Amino acid sequence: MLQFSFWDILSNLLIATQWTIVLSLIAFFCGGIVGLVLLFMRTSRIAPLEWFTKIYIEFFQGTPLLMQLFLFFFGIALFGVEVSPWMAATLALTFWTSAFLTEIWRGCVEAIPKGQWEASSSLALSYIEQMRYVILPQASRIAVAPTVGFSVQVIKGTALASIIGFVELTKAGTMLNNATFRPFLVYSLVALIYFCLCFPLSWWAKKIEGRLNVAR
Amino acid sequence: MSLVSIRDVRKSFGSNEVLKGVSLDIAKGDVVAIIGRSGSGKSTLLRCINGLETYQSGSIVADGIEVAGANTNLRELRRHVGMVFQQFNLFPHLTAAENVMLAPTVVNKVSKAEARATAAEVLAKVGLSEKMDAYPSELSGGQQQRVAIARSLAMRPKVLLCDEITSALDPELVNEVLRVVEQLAREGMTLILVTHEMRFARDVGTKLVFMHHGKVHEEGVPKEVFAAPRTPELQQFVGQVS
Ligand SMILES: Nc1ncnc2c1ncn2[C@@H]1O[C@H](COP(=O)(O)OP(=O)(O)O)[C@@H](O)[C@H]1O
Ligand SMILES: [Mg+2]
Repeated sequence: MLQFSFWDILSNLLIATQWTIVLSLIAFFCGGIVGLVLLFMRTSRIAPLEWFTKIYIEFFQGTPLLMQLFLFFFGIALFGVEVSPWMAATLALTFWTSAFLTEIWRGCVEAIPKGQWEASSSLALSYIEQMRYVILPQASRIAVAPTVGFSVQVIKGTALASIIGFVELTKAGTMLNNATFRPFLVYSLVALIYFCLCFPLSWWAKKIEGRLNVAR
Repeated sequence: MSLVSIRDVRKSFGSNEVLKGVSLDIAKGDVVAIIGRSGSGKSTLLRCINGLETYQSGSIVADGIEVAGANTNLRELRRHVGMVFQQFNLFPHLTAAENVMLAPTVVNKVSKAEARATAAEVLAKVGLSEKMDAYPSELSGGQQQRVAIARSLAMRPKVLLCDEITSALDPELVNEVLRVVEQLAREGMTLILVTHEMRFARDVGTKLVFMHHGKVHEEGVPKEVFAAPRTPELQQFVGQVS
């Protein structure tokens, strides 16, 4: 039987960690772009657009991420389209992330005083121009901390992609455990790696938040 | 022909009727001072003129543009009707000059250089040439309000609506703002001012409007109206504030 040394286990986990990071980054950036579009729709005061976003957000916030992964993985296959675990994970995490980011950012947009909207309206700016030049530059300042904070949830969320067979950190851990029968060691290392990914982000988020509070 | 024509405008918030048939005609160059108790509908009337509020019946025509709910060309209307607020509402992330330049560049597609020249001109007019690159947080209330006036002026409005623009200021800062408004009036700018500054209304206004319970209760030439208020409500109001 093959023998795994500690370093074999660790290096295999670290290789898989790359995929956790890649999946997190893609989910976060694609989710951010979709979230920004949804944000414009959600705050547009155009009823059908608002309704669509509300339902979208309710769905992705109100159902388990795991179910969403299953739906993308098995659901799209029903239409005869081959979906790789990678594709399904990317899509599900992107939409899931966008729903949460939209809500976080909507809170930041709503924190901007009504007078900013009225003054920019009175200067003949359109809704998109108001968002672009007046509201978002101010809202983005207060959005940084909760957005960075949420990125931690995205990283942890990628662990679920292991269940549909995408080999990232958690899946690699499971596979190594099956090969080595050393669950405590393997999962301790897995947890430690997640912690090393997440802790700097949550620490940074707290720091920005603190700085903003002082600035006020 | 009047520049702003308000005909029998009615406006309710839910079941609360706030404007109960208001009619006013404002000619080019008029300086209209609107006075009245808090809650009498002054702000609402002003906000109906530039479409910040909608109204249920009647009509408002400003600079030839009909202000009528969803079909209004709000962008065109607001390019010609400026508004200054009690709380200044400057954009805190932009400098004074950038605040002034925003609408000309974004809405009128004027070049940055041209907008900057306009900003320099209007900021000089309000006495803030040295503060072009200052952020709102670095300015006093009076200076902020003067930047807000300059910001409106940069769009070359036909009418400027001012809603209690000195009410949020410390007393010693009120005059610097009033002087700017007075100068605009002298230059022939059409102004509609909601104000509690009775002396200013009398000395600078060409027309006084006393609003009471959502109606124009009394109107006329300021000096005459103040000298001899016809209605007991205005008599009482003038007695209280002066
Ligand atoms: N957005 C609003 N929603 C509901 N009621 C409002 C709103 N704005 C103003 N009102 C009501 O309309 C009335 C007139 O307000 P306003 O026009 O602000 O008076 P003024 O400027 O003369 O003090 C008040 O009774 C006020 O409570
Ligand atoms: Mg008011």
